[in-house]
Amino acid sequence: MAKKLFEGNAAIAEAAIRAGVEAFFGYPITPQSEVLEHFSKRLPEEGRVFLQAESEVAAINMVYGAACAGARVMTSSSSPGVSLMQEGISYMACSEVPAVLTNIMRGGPGLGNVQPAQGDYFQAVKSAGHGDFHMIVLAPANVQEAVDLIVLAFDLADKYRTLVMLVADGSIGQMMEPVELPPMRPVRPPEERPSWALTGAKGREHNIITSLYLGAEKMEEVNLRLQAKLKKIAANEVRWKEYSTEDADLLLVSFGTVGRICQTVVREARAKGMKAGLLRPITLWPFPSARLAELAQQVRGMLVVEMNAGQMVEDVRLAVEGRCPVRFYGRMGGIVPLSDEILPELEKLDAAEQGSKGAREQGGASAPLPLGSSAPPLLLGDKR
Amino acid sequence: MKTLEIPADMELVYKKPESLTDAHTIYCPGCTHGIIHRLVAEVLDELGVRERTIGIAPVGCSVLAYYYFNVDMAEAAHGRAPAMATGIKRVSPGKVVFTYQGDGDLASIGIAEIVYAANRGELFTTIFANNAVYGMTGGQMAPTTLPGQVTTSSPTGRDVKVAGYPMRIAELLGGLPGAAYVTRQAVLDVPGIRRTKRAIKLAFQTQLAGLGFSLVEVLSTCNTNWHMGILEALEWAKEHMVAYYPLGDTKMTDEVRALKDTKGTKEGTKGTKEGTKGTKEGGEIGCKS
Repeated sequence: MAKKLFEGNAAIAEAAIRAGVEAFFGYPITPQSEVLEHFSKRLPEEGRVFLQAESEVAAINMVYGAACAGARVMTSSSSPGVSLMQEGISYMACSEVPAVLTNIMRGGPGLGNVQPAQGDYFQAVKSAGHGDFHMIVLAPANVQEAVDLIVLAFDLADKYRTLVMLVADGSIGQMMEPVELPPMRPVRPPEERPSWALTGAKGREHNIITSLYLGAEKMEEVNLRLQAKLKKIAANEVRWKEYSTEDADLLLVSFGTVGRICQTVVREARAKGMKAGLLRPITLWPFPSARLAELAQQVRGMLVVEMNAGQMVEDVRLAVEGRCPVRFYGRMGGIVPLSDEILPELEKLDAAEQGSKGAREQGGASAPLPLGSSAPPLLLGDKR
Repeated sequence: MKTLEIPADMELVYKKPESLTDAHTIYCPGCTHGIIHRLVAEVLDELGVRERTIGIAPVGCSVLAYYYFNVDMAEAAHGRAPAMATGIKRVSPGKVVFTYQGDGDLASIGIAEIVYAANRGELFTTIFANNAVYGMTGGQMAPTTLPGQVTTSSPTGRDVKVAGYPMRIAELLGGLPGAAYVTRQAVLDVPGIRRTKRAIKLAFQTQLAGLGFSLVEVLSTCNTNWHMGILEALEWAKEHMVAYYPLGDTKMTDEVRALKDTKGTKEGTKGTKEGTKGTKEGGEIGCKS
């Protein structure tokens, strides 16, 4: 199929339509309203369900209802709206109903602004709602990847009866890029909805979908089942991309928009003679910890770059377990760090860790650098 | 549960509705939830829709309603049942969908969801049990607690200057264009129970005919948290609740009225007497609102 010029948000919606989404429920919020707008035009054309809800709270519960009925369903929002959806997300996680969500993140906390940011990493990856659970979290770095990951999101949601959240930001959502859209899949007919779904108790016991288990032992049993499923997902669904890592002795770790910028940083660093590589996690949960642990044996140090105060860097440090130094550089509030400010950070890491690999090979590991510096300016990199 | 064979010379004339399970409810002795459950179940049986019905339980005393209704059921977050029902019905337009909600769930935390569902004319039915108190959490002030009523969170009686006024839900929702049939009934005595059943049936018929949103508010009791005997609670509700929450229809579109008249005639052919009585009572209810 020929490539078409598409805006990220519209491409996400169109990809979902082609992946077989049956219903969309959402509420306008910048910078993702184009997702809602595209669905509002296209879903009725396809004879499917579009409804603008009265709030994000209602939207996620409409999604919950449609998912209980066994329909492929989706919602989309941005940071403050996702916060409002967290109650429903937790209920759906416990009830084990599949759905796809997107968070086109914006600057925060609070109402923040509408500029690109990655401040919701913790929320998406570690604290999607109350209780013990994870969503699968997918982080595209460009419009084509967003399209491809939306299709994957529906498949993973169905396969594991789980929630899949695609996280991006306004620079992906509102950027136009040539994309190849997936072929149009047929919509699953209502009579083929899953056996657990609420379709009417005809010729069978009545189905119940609940997240209430009053007995502690039963509740723990449910939790153990959820954890077993998460373990399976963690074993099978880790995805990431590597750039120039074969011979790298310095590693950038970055996701989404700034992950794409870090590809430029790698090129520029290589041009200056540095052996730089990049690992870009595609799944933020499950996280590519094992691969990072491997690379930690190979490189002299890692530089994690994020559009937040340092969130994914915690997972990188957990994966690396002190095998190599891990530094952080981040910008917040809607500022996108560019290669001309990231490259000097990589150079500083390079200078600080000259010869350190040799030292480690002789058995002496250099201690990982703790995050956070008392020295101003605030958080513009780890200054030690 | 023990099943007994019906002797050959006997006929089964009364039984538990198919739409109820054999489960024992957790409701307190004297609670009216059981009556309302049974009325809903009888209506689903009579309409022959049990096998294509999807119900949604609320958070509150009837949180476990999914164990009691023998239909596919979901359990909603507090107040969100109308949003869930919207999602279910929109992707399953051929199904019969209902929410079963209490006053805290529907009239407080879930007020936005019910107002918008009603105003969109969502094609589901809501059974709204109003007993003027948060039952499950132990008797706190509800949005429908009467002025001066003592609860565990209004220990000196509801002061409307502080807590505001009780919400008249049937009147509020009856004023919305998307609502086709909204009525307030009471299960405080046998005639009221029979009228409530007819209202519930008409509400489901409204849904089946695709006429719009339908809701039956049912005045009920909570003798436990009212700290009253069962009969005393019924009398208190008749005296105080009915005074603040007048019984009757707050919304009945012409289509629903026509539906009611048609269905009424049908019933009438079975027993003319009952049919006439039904119409007469219906008229009275309408006048009061």
